Amino acid sequence: MSKTIRFLTRNFGQYDTSSIGSYMKIGGFEALRQAVNMDPEEICEMLSDAKIRGRGGAEYPLGRKWHQARAVRGENKVVVCNADEGETTTFKDRALIQNDPFNLIEALIIAGFVCGATDGYIYMRAEYACLRPLLLNAIRQAKNYGFLGDNILGKDFNFNLHLYSGGGAYVCGEGTALIRSIEGKAGRPRMKPPFIKVSGLFARPTCLNNVESLSIVPHLLMDKDGVYASCGSDESIGTKMISVAGNVNNPGVFEIPFGTTIREIIYNLAGGIQHDREIQLIQFGGASGKIADASILDTPYTYDDLRAAGVMVGSGGLLVIDKRTSVIDFLRMNQEFFSEESCGQCTPCREGNLHIKIILDKIANHTATAEDIRIMATIARVMSMSSLCGLGETAQNTLQSAMLTFPEVFDVGGNA
Amino acid sequence: MMTAENESKEIPMVHLTINNIPIEVPQGTKIMQAAAKLGIDIPHLCYHEDQRIKAHCRLCSVEVVGKRRLLAACSTEVWEGMEVHTDTQIVRDTQVSILQLMLANHHRDCLSCPRNQNCDLQRLCSRFNILESPLPSVVKEEPRIETNPSIVRDPAKCIRCGRCIRACKDVQGIAALTYAGRSSDIVVTTAFNKPMEATDCILCGQCSLVCPTGAIVEKDDTTKVLDALQDPQKHVIVQVAPSVRVALGDAFGLEPGAIVTGQMVTALKLLGFDRVFDTNFGADLTIMEEGAEFLDRLQNGGTLPMMTSCSPGWVNYMEKHFPDCIGHLSSAKSPMSMFGAIAKTYYAEKAGIDVKDIVTVSVMPCTAKKFEAARPEMGRNGQQDVDIVLTTRELIKLIKYVGLRLRQLPESDFDSPLGLASGAAAIFGTTGGVMEAALRTVYEKLTGQTLEKLAFNEVRGFEGIKECSVNINGREIRICVAHTLRNARRIMEQVQQGTSPYDFIEIMACPGGCIGGGGQPIGTTNAIRKKRMAALYEIDRSLPLRKSHDNPEIQTLYKEFLGEPLGEKAHELLHTTYHKVSKPYEF
Repeated sequence: MSKTIRFLTRNFGQYDTSSIGSYMKIGGFEALRQAVNMDPEEICEMLSDAKIRGRGGAEYPLGRKWHQARAVRGENKVVVCNADEGETTTFKDRALIQNDPFNLIEALIIAGFVCGATDGYIYMRAEYACLRPLLLNAIRQAKNYGFLGDNILGKDFNFNLHLYSGGGAYVCGEGTALIRSIEGKAGRPRMKPPFIKVSGLFARPTCLNNVESLSIVPHLLMDKDGVYASCGSDESIGTKMISVAGNVNNPGVFEIPFGTTIREIIYNLAGGIQHDREIQLIQFGGASGKIADASILDTPYTYDDLRAAGVMVGSGGLLVIDKRTSVIDFLRMNQEFFSEESCGQCTPCREGNLHIKIILDKIANHTATAEDIRIMATIARVMSMSSLCGLGETAQNTLQSAMLTFPEVFDVGGNA
Repeated sequence: MMTAENESKEIPMVHLTINNIPIEVPQGTKIMQAAAKLGIDIPHLCYHEDQRIKAHCRLCSVEVVGKRRLLAACSTEVWEGMEVHTDTQIVRDTQVSILQLMLANHHRDCLSCPRNQNCDLQRLCSRFNILESPLPSVVKEEPRIETNPSIVRDPAKCIRCGRCIRACKDVQGIAALTYAGRSSDIVVTTAFNKPMEATDCILCGQCSLVCPTGAIVEKDDTTKVLDALQDPQKHVIVQVAPSVRVALGDAFGLEPGAIVTGQMVTALKLLGFDRVFDTNFGADLTIMEEGAEFLDRLQNGGTLPMMTSCSPGWVNYMEKHFPDCIGHLSSAKSPMSMFGAIAKTYYAEKAGIDVKDIVTVSVMPCTAKKFEAARPEMGRNGQQDVDIVLTTRELIKLIKYVGLRLRQLPESDFDSPLGLASGAAAIFGTTGGVMEAALRTVYEKLTGQTLEKLAFNEVRGFEGIKECSVNINGREIRICVAHTLRNARRIMEQVQQGTSPYDFIEIMACPGGCIGGGGQPIGTTNAIRKKRMAALYEIDRSLPLRKSHDNPEIQTLYKEFLGEPLGEKAHELLHTTYHKVSKPYEF
């Protein structure tokens, strides 16, 4: 039985992504027509009933976010689409943009309508430069067709869309850094408050959403048969885009109903491990995600089940590593990433990443002492508890979960 | 109606507990200030009371019941029912870890550091009993950058707190310093890594005043002074700026704003200076020249508005940022340089000392004064007007060096003939003071009448830009007073566009004027600046002599030596020229 489903991906391959006419032939912009005739609060409720959580990794309820965006008082509100997709092994948003760009445009216009925004921004990572022409063309055509601009669909609703490319920093996926980057400043996070929902891009109230979160909305509005609601379980309703990478035979992007087991994902969808090797570890949600060993295989992929198993859905990426790579080498590779990508402003993240790298190298060289391991654990905890932004908070998720899952790796013996 | 409005403006109170102690504070209070009310000092390094909150160092992280993560006490507002704990295991682990992490990336040779025993990082490490860091040193060995006469940077001591960046950008509007790079490679540096003097920097030293460590300090010239004092051939004279006497006491356990003029003079005499003179004398002289220049411009159609020129940071700013407007600057030298010029001519002649044997030292609240003293325009015949400039901070070091307890010293008077000064000169040290001093003289010169009400309250106070109009002999003189270069820029943009409504503008580069100068004691804040300001007006009020032109020593100087204000000799000795300075990004 095929475990994939086509809900979010139903338009994939069904229309010419360079033609708005082609998109409209398959029902494009019908969701928007419907939305502008609805009470925006009703749309928020629909999202809340569907229990959609932010698909970028923070898992914040989408209905609540839009409701709050509506409630914020302020002029010239902004909706921003976070297409920075910087988490390692995560590339499901790219698939959504590449295969269904008009759906994202439509979703952003609906978001603008619901939140009462006048402008929408797409912030796309530098590495997706190849998708720029596609999106720019889609925006231009939507404008020509009157889906962007003034009095959209004859309503008192004016909305414009802008596309921005990042400069390549992972940290620009963090909300405040992303906003600074669009503003033309160095992409470094800032403290909160002010929260971006109150004072975000150009000091305007800002509602920031992941590509996948947005992409669900038009489909859900047109889901007369309740397909979405029929998928998944109590707290994890619907379908999820995941990307699988690593030592698997068939890496790629898949849309699954929530509740599919990890075993089904890895062995059915991703084609199993190359040369039938054994699984060393699986990292969930990119470099800032947590890791598990093969004992997680029969866990259903839902928010609650993964959390109970010590990992998280996060960005929707799964990295499968076979036994050829040692846990410590994997951790060093992961640490390399953060030692490079920390913005350097706050002390725990800037200096902590540096010292954890040094200690991981010592473990690999068999020169670490028990005192080193203790210091490393303390630094990791201090980073997660006190860093300025989410990068520092989550940078040691992998290490901390590895210390729980593979304690033997850190047993360096001796009394230090 | 009134009641309703008053009620809506009343700030509601919020109830919370800190370490289980209940406390009530106004809504909007941050955890750090609420804790301070209970006498709890939450450690911090990037936080500075006069700056925008950065929340970078994370040293002030505290535990709040119900929150998964620690919250920064500097940036988190209290809420009703909040339960804060500042002393739990995780908070202690965080404080100690952060300090250890900083130490591992900090040049730790405290004995060779100018900020030894006056360093926030050192103080906190001592407080948390951090005797050694368990982490390996990761500090990049970098040489100290000593390429200008004013400011020295020592990147190996930088803890990346960002205070200097905020001072330069938010206070001065210059942004000569900024972050560059990222992760552990992040540094505080200048555009293109150029030496500070080759950038937009105007050497005001506000960065050195807020640096919590020894990463940015004044260029130390104390050894030069000590050597000169030991040289029997040299006749070493010292002048002291008006704002030093109300700031020096801070370092000796006195309340901010304490007036220590008499003790300071005694200390300088005990240090071995042959004569202890007063820059205030130079200030009176400046008023004579600058006042005459303003009258001349006013009556003979000269360039207006005229702008004061005693703040060297401001002069540097004009030369770098508004070179097309330097014609607006008064050609009068600063009080310091006027004093130096007179000391090396009139005084040398009068005292019968070969000018080559005279060493003129000045004690200034200012790092840019070191640059001013080194300008080739400031001197003649191979002699600089001022040979060595010490900041207030360096004078503190010298007084401590020779073991003087300032508070216990008897008071003495400045020496004559360059030691008598008016109250008008005393207030040169605060924003608005030069203008007020000038108005007292200009008014009497223009009207020939005695000015009865001496205080020009419109130009007093800490507000960034003050303006007023003074009617003198039927002519409205439109006045503007601004401090900090961020405010100066607003004024200058008007001047540049030809839309400035003013006749006479006073600008001081530093917040509050010289009382808040970049060479003042570490720990100077706006609250302290205001106390020093009040002290200067107190000095002014207490003096019998309140107007520069009434100073008998000044009158004698003109009679015996200078002739008339703006006269030939005065022009040669007391006036200067300015020139455009190119910036590194002008190609």
